[in-house]
Amino acid sequence: MEILVCERRVPDTSENEIELNAAGNDIERDELVYSVNEPDNYAVEEALQIRDRVGGNVTVVTVGGEDDEEILRRELAMGANQAVLISDESFFDSDGRGIATILKDFVRKGHYDLILTGVQADDGAAQVGGMLAAMLDYPFASLVNSIEVEDGKLKVSREIEGGNRELNEIDLPCVLSIQTGINEPRYVGMRGIRQVASVPIPILGASELSTDHVMVGVAAARVKRIDYFIPASGKGAEILHGSREENADKVLELMAAKGGLK
Amino acid sequence: MDRIFAYIAHRAGVVDDSAMELLAAARKIDANAFPTAIVTGCGADLDTACNSLTPSFSEIWKIANDALAYPNAELVRQGLLSVLPRNCIVLLPHDHFSIDLAPGLSIKLDAAFVPDAVGIDGVEAGSLKLVRQEFGGQVSTHVRCDMSSGAVISVRPGAFKPEGKTAAAGTVIDKSSAVGALTARRRYIETIVAEAGDVDITRHNVLVSIGRGIQEKDNVSLAEELAEALGAAVSCSRPVVDAKWMEKSRQVGSSGKTVKPKVYLACGISGASQHLAGIKGNPFLIAINKNPKAPIFQVADVGIVDDVLEFLPELTNKAREMRGVAAK
Repeated sequence: MEILVCERRVPDTSENEIELNAAGNDIERDELVYSVNEPDNYAVEEALQIRDRVGGNVTVVTVGGEDDEEILRRELAMGANQAVLISDESFFDSDGRGIATILKDFVRKGHYDLILTGVQADDGAAQVGGMLAAMLDYPFASLVNSIEVEDGKLKVSREIEGGNRELNEIDLPCVLSIQTGINEPRYVGMRGIRQVASVPIPILGASELSTDHVMVGVAAARVKRIDYFIPASGKGAEILHGSREENADKVLELMAAKGGLK
Repeated sequence: MDRIFAYIAHRAGVVDDSAMELLAAARKIDANAFPTAIVTGCGADLDTACNSLTPSFSEIWKIANDALAYPNAELVRQGLLSVLPRNCIVLLPHDHFSIDLAPGLSIKLDAAFVPDAVGIDGVEAGSLKLVRQEFGGQVSTHVRCDMSSGAVISVRPGAFKPEGKTAAAGTVIDKSSAVGALTARRRYIETIVAEAGDVDITRHNVLVSIGRGIQEKDNVSLAEELAEALGAAVSCSRPVVDAKWMEKSRQVGSSGKTVKPKVYLACGISGASQHLAGIKGNPFLIAINKNPKAPIFQVADVGIVDDVLEFLPELTNKAREMRGVAAK
């Protein structure tokens, strides 16, 4: 099976506190630690496990700049067969639709049975996979938390409300967006990354992909972010400023008052 | 203003709470809007759902088709595309179904797409200004959406307060004949109901709930010891389940359990909206997090800026003292 995984490099929220910059028009990006978007990493692991069961190749791709090469190299170290960086000045500041358009052009240059994305990235939009499927006219399933390969189709379950799962059959080729927790992504150490340091990662731009520049980039974006802000909160929590011991006493007192202790 | 449609979710004839929230959201786009409800399904349940909307919506478009008995996004999309006019605005609740349906629908309608809107600030020069959140709610953004060729907007459940009275005296219009044969390359098989698990967190008055801040599996015992001292149960947020530190049955949130305790102790939980969606009944919420900017502090009643790995053992000792429980 030929599998493509579309991924993105994002600020790692487990390593960073996200704050506004001084101008208030972006988050403070100095000294942010970036890593592969967490659901994307599960998607890569799932692709590798499927390949190891049924054969084939795993290609990882991202749309970005040269800094984004680090996540591709990380996924090569995990075991991906090849990696491609899509980068072109005319692609900068594309909206979700623009990114899906670029990926659609890339997919059409190759042949893939299965295309995976993470369910959502740092902006919480959960949109590129579904858009890409519609552009390719492939079937789509989101929030996928298990995949079984059958003949010419897959059996996938989706995460729905209340911890329940929705079981579906889906024809190939298709696009799936992968939810976290579907597997246990393998560990990648510095040694593994060094071993793939010399693997070439081709860079493709608008001309290689035959991308219509009218469809991508900031001019084509129908949805544009204007600013970042911290919303004026409601009353917010009453913060306890005592010592650890005093705070613990206070918590127990409050719990008793609120009927929480029998 | 182009016509606004509200996609109505329903189950067994009962319309989802989101229907009235979509009506409120439509009025934020246009104060005089009379959005059209659009309801898909089949049989008597569909009619019951449609009829229950007549006090609130002036027009209810019904799409009846046996293939739509279960809301399979691929089939629903085909149904909607058969009836929706060009350049319309489609509102729908942001949930596991809209994540399936909405992005592709926007492409097929050639419309802009804004997912998970939490606010709508109105229209300026043909574009709509909305509020979204990023980084799990740590920051908000304003976005501008060009609606010149229509828009698909999913709306966060609970973000738009339903208006009080409505008196639409609406009519149900049957649009079923506009929809041809529906065929799917993705077929619904069945719903697998979550396993009950060893502890039912929905039945406890006090929950000690842990998040990513617990850092590793071995530290889960800190929460278990506290819960035992308090006579409480341990629940958790999604990252703890993803890491396989606790069973799925312990997860609170939109993809986990909905709980209604009296006291909720959020320990090392950042406070993403998907987690908060699972906490109902307005419990007394105490948050412990070492990040003073964690969104959980905006919704908590009381906050303690501290490392849960240090604070929980202290609280456990105090609770044992107070309740006269000996340490094991």
